[in-house]
Amino acid sequence: MDLAAQTLQFLFSGITNGAIYGLIALGFTIIYNATEVINFAQGELVMLGGMIMIALSKGTNLPLPAGFVISVSIVSIVGASFERFTIRPLKNPTQIGIIIITIGVSILLKGVAMFIWGKETLSSRPFSHSPPIHVGSATLDPQSLWILGITFGILLLLQLFYQKTITGKAMRACAFNKRAAGLVGIPTQKMILLSFVLSAAMGAAAGVAITPITMCSYDMGTILGLKGFCAVVLGGLGSTIGSVVGGFILGIVESLGAGLISSSLRDAIAFVLLLGMLFVRPQGIFGIKEVKKI
Amino acid sequence: MLPKRRIYELSVFSGFILLAGLLIREPYYQNVLIFIGIHAILTVGLNLLMGYAGQISLGHAAFFGIGAYSSGILTATHGWSPLSAMLVAVIVTAVIAVIIGIPSLKLTGYYLAMATLGFGIIVYIMFREMSQFTGGASGLVGIPPLSFGKWTLGTGTDYFFFVWGLLFVVIVLSLNMVDSQVGRAFRAIHDSEIAALSLGIDTSRLKLKVFVISAVYASIAGSIYAHYITFISPSSFGFMFSIKLVTMVVIGGMASIWGALFGAATITILPEILHVFAEYDVIVFGIILIVVMIFMPQGLTCGILDAWQKSKRLARKRALMEQKARL
Repeated sequence: MDLAAQTLQFLFSGITNGAIYGLIALGFTIIYNATEVINFAQGELVMLGGMIMIALSKGTNLPLPAGFVISVSIVSIVGASFERFTIRPLKNPTQIGIIIITIGVSILLKGVAMFIWGKETLSSRPFSHSPPIHVGSATLDPQSLWILGITFGILLLLQLFYQKTITGKAMRACAFNKRAAGLVGIPTQKMILLSFVLSAAMGAAAGVAITPITMCSYDMGTILGLKGFCAVVLGGLGSTIGSVVGGFILGIVESLGAGLISSSLRDAIAFVLLLGMLFVRPQGIFGIKEVKKI
Repeated sequence: MLPKRRIYELSVFSGFILLAGLLIREPYYQNVLIFIGIHAILTVGLNLLMGYAGQISLGHAAFFGIGAYSSGILTATHGWSPLSAMLVAVIVTAVIAVIIGIPSLKLTGYYLAMATLGFGIIVYIMFREMSQFTGGASGLVGIPPLSFGKWTLGTGTDYFFFVWGLLFVVIVLSLNMVDSQVGRAFRAIHDSEIAALSLGIDTSRLKLKVFVISAVYASIAGSIYAHYITFISPSSFGFMFSIKLVTMVVIGGMASIWGALFGAATITILPEILHVFAEYDVIVFGIILIVVMIFMPQGLTCGILDAWQKSKRLARKRALMEQKARL
C-alpha cells in the first residue's frame, strides 16, 4: 500500500474513533452544562451499554433494535440513580469533592461489571452483515458507517430537543443561569436529573455501537472516558458542537499520528493535544466563556 | 521556631514512632507501616498544594514515578549509589515540575485538574513505552536496597525507622512552612487569589514554589519506594494512583498536616481490611469513597471531630436540662 492509500485508511479509522469520542464528549457536555459537574464515570456508562448489549444478545435471538433500546434504558436508569443518590445529597459541592465522587462511581461501576461479566474481553455481532466497503485501496467497515450515523443522528436530535422543545429550552436556561431558571418556575432539580439520564443514554448508545469494532471488557471505560474528556477540552468545555468537532479532531490526529509516526505512543497523542490546548487556548476551539486565568 | 502546641504534637508523634518501631516486629505489619510512611510523605506534600494553596493535582503519581524510575535506572542500570541517584532524581523532578508548573498553574479549577491529569498520563505512557530505559510494561528489576556508604538497610525495622524518620523531617518542615508567613500567603491564595495578589503576594511564584516542593516530596518517596521493593513497573504510577493520593488528602481533611498522615494511613490500610472481598474489594472501596464524600466532605478527621463535638454539645445540653428540671 502506498502512502496515500495508507493515509486514507488511517483517516477512515480516525473518523470512526472521532465519532465515538464525540459521542462520549457530548455526554460530558450535557451534564456539565446543567450542573457544572465533570462526570468521570462517563466512560463506565459507555462500557455498561456495551456489556448489557452483549449480555442480551448472547444466546437469544433478540432483534438488534430491541437490544439497543433495552440497553440504553437500563443505563439511563443507572444514570438517574447516579444523580439521585450521589450528586443530589451534596450540600456544598466543591469541584474536588465532585471529582472524587464521580471517580468513586466509576470505580464502583467497574467493580460491578467485573463481578457480573468477569474479566474476559467480549465481542458482539456487527449491526449489519454487509461486506467491507472498498474506497480506492482502503477499506471501510460498515459498522463505522453505523457509528457515524448514530453520532450525527444523536447530535441532530439533541439540537432539535434544545431548540424546539420546551423542556430543551428549560435545560438551556438552566445551563445559562440556574437561579434565574428556578425563579421563572423551571424545576431545576428535574433538569439536572434529566441531564444525567440523557448523558447516560448517550453513553450507552456509544457503547452499543462500538463494541462490534472495539470489543468490550469491564475496564475499557476509563481510557474511553478520558479520551472523551480530551475531546471536550479541545472543542471547548460547555459547547455542544465543540465536543463533536473536538472528538473528530482528536480521532483523526490520533489515528494519523499513531499510523504515520508511532503506534506505541497512540494514547499519549490525545493528552499531548489536551495539554497543548490548555496551555495555549484553555477555552477550547468553540469556547465562549473566558477561562479565568491569573 | 515552632509554637508550643506543635512541639507537643511532634513529641507525641516521635514517641509513637519509637514505640511502633521497637514493638512491632511482625514483617506484615512492618510492611504496611512502611507503605503508610511512604504514602504520608506524598500526601503531606500534596496537602500543602491542595489543602493550603488550593491547587488541584490529578497527576501526582507522575512525580512519584519520576523519582522511582530515576533512582531505579541510575542504581540498577548504571550502578550509582542510592544517595546520589536520589539527589539526581530530586533535581530531575524539580526541573520537570517547574516546566509543567509554569503554564499549568495559570489555570484554575477543572482546567488545572485536566492539565495535571494529562501530564500524569503522558508520563505513565512514557514509562511504559520507553522500554530501553524503563523495562517497559514488564518493569525494572534488580534495584539495590537503600545504602549509605557501608550501611545497607536490610531489615523491615531499618526501613521503618528510615521512612518514618524522614516523614518526621518532612512534617516538621511542612508545619514550619504553614505556620510561617508563606503558609498564611498560601491560605490567602486558597481563599481568593485576586485578593492575595492585590495584597502584594506574588501568587504565581508561590504557587510554583509549593508545586515544586510537593513534587520533590513525591520524588523522594518514589526513590525510597523503588529501593524498598526493588522492582518497579508503570502500573504503580498510573492515573488510579494519582486519584488514590488525592483521596488520601481529602479523606484526611484538607489543610491539615496530621490529617494527611491519617488519610494516608486509612487508604493504605483499607485494602488490607477489604482483602476478605478478594478482587471485589474495589466495589466496597468505591462505596466508601462516595459515602465519605457525601456525608463528610471535610474529610474523616473533621467529620469525626464534628460528630464528637456535637455529641459533647448534646451531652452538655442534656445536663443543663436536667439541672433546670431539678430546679
